[in-house]
Amino acid sequence: MSFSLYLEVLSQGVLTGLVYGLMALGLSVIFGVVRVVNFAHGEFAVLAMYCAFVLFGLAHVDPIVASIPLAIAFFLLGYAMQRGMVQPFVTRPQHEQFILLVGVALVITNGLLLAFGPESKHVDLPYSFDSYEISGALIDKVRVYGAAAALAVTAALFAFFRFTATGTAIRAAADNLTGAAVVGLDVKRLYAISFGLGLACVGAAGSIMMALTDMTPMLAPSLTLLAFTIVIVGGLGSMTGALAGGLLIGVAEAVASLVVSPAVKSMVSFGLLVLVLALRPQGLFGKAES
Amino acid sequence: MNKTGWIDRRSLLAAAGATIAAPAVVRAQAKSLKIALMLPRSGFFAQAGQSCYRGALASPKVLSDLGYNVEIVHIDTESSNDVSRTQAEKAINDGAQCVIGAFESGNTIAIAQVCEQRKVPLICNIASAPQLTSQGYQYLVRNFMSGPGLVTNGLKLIGEVSKAANMEFKTAVFLHSNDTFGTAQAQAMEKIFPTLNMPFKIVESIAYDPKAQDLSVEVTKVRGINPDLLLIVTRAGDAIKLTRDMVRQKFQPKAIMSPGSPGLYDQEFFDAVHEYADGFIYNLPWFNVKSQMTQALEASFKATNPKNRFDLDGFNVGFTFEALLIAADAFKRAGTGEGEPLMKAIKATNIKDHVMIGGPIMFNEKGDNPNIGSAAVQNIGQKPTVVYPADVAVAKPILPFPAWQGRK
Repeated sequence: MSFSLYLEVLSQGVLTGLVYGLMALGLSVIFGVVRVVNFAHGEFAVLAMYCAFVLFGLAHVDPIVASIPLAIAFFLLGYAMQRGMVQPFVTRPQHEQFILLVGVALVITNGLLLAFGPESKHVDLPYSFDSYEISGALIDKVRVYGAAAALAVTAALFAFFRFTATGTAIRAAADNLTGAAVVGLDVKRLYAISFGLGLACVGAAGSIMMALTDMTPMLAPSLTLLAFTIVIVGGLGSMTGALAGGLLIGVAEAVASLVVSPAVKSMVSFGLLVLVLALRPQGLFGKAES
Repeated sequence: MNKTGWIDRRSLLAAAGATIAAPAVVRAQAKSLKIALMLPRSGFFAQAGQSCYRGALASPKVLSDLGYNVEIVHIDTESSNDVSRTQAEKAINDGAQCVIGAFESGNTIAIAQVCEQRKVPLICNIASAPQLTSQGYQYLVRNFMSGPGLVTNGLKLIGEVSKAANMEFKTAVFLHSNDTFGTAQAQAMEKIFPTLNMPFKIVESIAYDPKAQDLSVEVTKVRGINPDLLLIVTRAGDAIKLTRDMVRQKFQPKAIMSPGSPGLYDQEFFDAVHEYADGFIYNLPWFNVKSQMTQALEASFKATNPKNRFDLDGFNVGFTFEALLIAADAFKRAGTGEGEPLMKAIKATNIKDHVMIGGPIMFNEKGDNPNIGSAAVQNIGQKPTVVYPADVAVAKPILPFPAWQGRK
């Protein structure tokens, strides 16, 4: 098999991994700050996909472009949801948080089934079937655009946390909740912003994924599982870890498919998960609990 | 107190006893057969399940015109084996006298176990896993081909179609999904291919997960091998992903053929890939456009499903209708919906006029219908078109595979 084919597969893995990473980033941000695991993560991604589908149907907005307004809309949704629904559960036992968010997941899935039916949906983009040829390697246009958009959203999020006062305050609250409260930070507001940012990531990622793949409401559990695998491999709560985990899973799946068999894709992801849990339980970029 | 007009204790007990005993009596004397039609109307196989469902909506009118009377209870298996099992239990508890389903082999196996325990006949509309009729089920018949049958007919047709089009293949790659159906097809291919003396060699067999987000790596791998012929076993969802990735990667073999699988004739496939749907050839049991019953079914289908195309749904609609026809016909002959006599009547089925290509519907000792025929169907002008055998063909096969470029 030629070098260009390996190059293709590697680039496919990296490009897909960047979108996976953005989706998982949302889960990591929410857990890293609010300490609530969003078990409805995949469902929100699918909800974003349907929103992108509707926007495309109504106004022919490219899902990759729609990722910006959808990120904003999902930020507001996440902010409101945290304030109105999740906040009372922050201090409750984890199983109660689990039940709440699984309930939300079921409502979303069944709502989508009622509204759109079980058939898969897709968008016809003018470049859906196009590719770039670089040194003999063929790279899908749609995947390049999707990865670029995912990278831009991720960079914006990293910049927000690094360079803004609110971002610094959120990091402070994530590191030391009591200290943050003592110095007068409005922790509830910071939690709501974090939840909003988490959903903004998943909103943008879902919208981008609409350009890459077909979707049905039943896709959600597999996306939740994928996000969990990525953040556990990367380190739950670590933003860098989520991104690195996405890339690692994307590349590992692609390379294993080529070298071994496409049927072992999932086995490789979960094999990595088991390996990381056994050797480094906090994940590749996670902090060990003291 | 005057008791006139009141029910005394004895009458009340008698009435209660009669009520309790009634279902058995009513069941024995029922004028219509209560059929649980179990289909994957949501979940991974939803598209096909919905297609079969549309067939079920079109069927009662045709059955009624033929003098049959059935009551159909529609049940969604959610494409899940567990849900199939529990819903089959529930349907039988609710009085279903016959079960029809379930498009997918794994789901059908789960239902078969329940039907066997409860002694309720199961008629498979579509399901090809060989184990369905090789495990000694007494309450199961299948009006569909088994995986090996599909592959044998499919491979023979590949040879005949390529000969008719003066096309030679030296190498082939077999790309198949790794679900129950795809695995059964792969096993059948491994067993049957060496016995058929085909003019080409299968250089690699590649299994993939049909639920994967894309099939780009799979296509890259096939491109690396560059076979003359690509043999595929798909469902609609993965056929779409496969087509997109083949177009993006400009992979252009001499022919892309399915030795017998769904996906390439589904509405969803045409809606998603449009002009890129053209050129694929699939060898399958197909509906006989010349049959009067097919024409009646098509008319009823148009009335009940005005937004859908019969030519795309015909495969699922035809087999779902025929399963209902088998049940209704057996019920009429048995005169009862009780499990044992009804099953006996189903096994004695002999229906000469029906919808799908092939001889009379009848069942062998295993419960398979040996008379189902296959045709080679090619997508031409975004329409499934029978191209072989000549007696049922409406066009000639187009080979080599038309170029992807310049189709828009």
